[in-house]
Amino acid sequence: MSNKITLGHVHMSGCTGCCVSIADTFQGLFTLLDNYADLVYSLTLADVRHIPKMDVALVEGSVCLQDELSIEEIKETREKATVVVALGGCAAYGNITRFSRGGQWNQPQHESFVPISKLIDVDVYIPGCAPCPEVIRNVAVMAYLLLKGNDAQKKLATAYLSPLMALAKDGSRIESDSEACGCDIMLKVVNQGLCMGCGTCAASCPVFAISMEYGKPNIDREMCIKCGACYSSCPRSFFSFDVCGDYENILGAITAAMNPGGN
Amino acid sequence: MDMLGKYKSCVAARSTSSEILKCSQDGGIVTGMFVYALEEGIIDGAIVAGPGDEPWKPQPMVATTPEEILAARGTRYNISPNMSVIKDAVRQYGLDKVGIVGTPCQIQALRKAQLYPVGLRNVTNKIALAMGIFCMENFSYQSMKQIVEDHCNVDLHSLKKTDIGKGKYWAYTNRGAVSQIPLKVTHKYEQPGCHVCLDYVANMADISTGSVGTPDGWSTVFVRSTNGDSIWKKAVEAGVFETKAIDGIKPGLELVTKLATEKITKNQKEVEHRATIGVGKGLRNPYI
Repeated sequence: MSNKITLGHVHMSGCTGCCVSIADTFQGLFTLLDNYADLVYSLTLADVRHIPKMDVALVEGSVCLQDELSIEEIKETREKATVVVALGGCAAYGNITRFSRGGQWNQPQHESFVPISKLIDVDVYIPGCAPCPEVIRNVAVMAYLLLKGNDAQKKLATAYLSPLMALAKDGSRIESDSEACGCDIMLKVVNQGLCMGCGTCAASCPVFAISMEYGKPNIDREMCIKCGACYSSCPRSFFSFDVCGDYENILGAITAAMNPGGN
Repeated sequence: MDMLGKYKSCVAARSTSSEILKCSQDGGIVTGMFVYALEEGIIDGAIVAGPGDEPWKPQPMVATTPEEILAARGTRYNISPNMSVIKDAVRQYGLDKVGIVGTPCQIQALRKAQLYPVGLRNVTNKIALAMGIFCMENFSYQSMKQIVEDHCNVDLHSLKKTDIGKGKYWAYTNRGAVSQIPLKVTHKYEQPGCHVCLDYVANMADISTGSVGTPDGWSTVFVRSTNGDSIWKKAVEAGVFETKAIDGIKPGLELVTKLATEKITKNQKEVEHRATIGVGKGLRNPYI
């Protein structure tokens, strides 16, 4: 199909969990590749050595400042891709690599890891560790609609992607140093008088660092890995009535897009 | 802003089960619906506000039997973070079809989670029925305790039921005493996060319900989504609920619209006020 977009998976310092998450949609990945996107670059899934031009780059992992190749490749990614997506906590916020101080076998000098937005502008953030396969699927479908859809579809895709673009814009500011951890829930939600105790942050945390005590999040900071899931899933971090109020149609459209044969 | 949200139908309804009505808040709609859905296999469990470790403190629980659902009847007027156990319902309880009841903000959280399921792999596609309840504001447990024990002079251990209605906060004791205070007194104890809420009747639920608009013992029910419509029709056909057209009911939708407009207008102003609360500085607006 000539109308496909081109998609790449760029691997920085990450555990490949995000890549697994891309593939973890049962036959969903085949549907995406059959109908909407060609996978033009992926260390694990495509036999291509150098980063080619592509519409959308899904970048996994943070950048190690002591690894020159990583720095070159992340800059090349920005050059070659129209849309750069920070896929997962490490690319977006540093995640667990934030805790590195080097000394590990067999590259002990690899001690400084930064989110990709420290070196390049990023267009879309998908937080989480690992990011949920369904949110990757939703973003992939929306990215397709944004690039190849009709006007109504472009409008919908823009509305859907805007908050994730806003997270990326915030992360790409030079002075930005988002903690992307339970602290964000405290600083940007509870301290701002916005928390209403729904508990979504606690459910979203992959390491069970958040418990609800008397209707408010209690964050175990020793447990937090800084993946950004809690804050981005909080209904009081961002909430669009236009998008969420239209949930039936949007989820229906995504389901239809993933079942092009109508099965 | 759409005050009552989209809906396919609106009726006055109450459960036909005397067992459910014995302890339900109003018409027993949520309890009746979940018990029916559980028995029919529409859901295989529901996230409800179960009993907690202190009197009148709700604890979100995954109920998998009608008995557990019945035990969670009634409004507690303090926070039950029902979304916090949504992953447990699927992962630990192994449910494929999850029911959930929530306030408007919790239903908003649910819909956001379905569209942006950041940390909820294989969870949000298992939501089979979302019941929303009308909500003007909520209280923390400590605030509720302050209101009931300090202002109403009722020990939480002897509290039988609380209610908000007719401009008053009501506390009924097990021995039959009734204590009431002007609702105005309770305002300062409200949860701050409620003051930016722009939804009164759970506009994004499959079915939403509350006492406002219908006589004592009845509930106003909005049937909203295609999914909600199909389940509601089956339940009514099965005789789970007794219904009346909302048109002939006093005070009816007029009062619901009035209260929704009051809440949303007031909170919209608060959102705007927050933006300029400091000197050339404001607080964050979550609605974009």
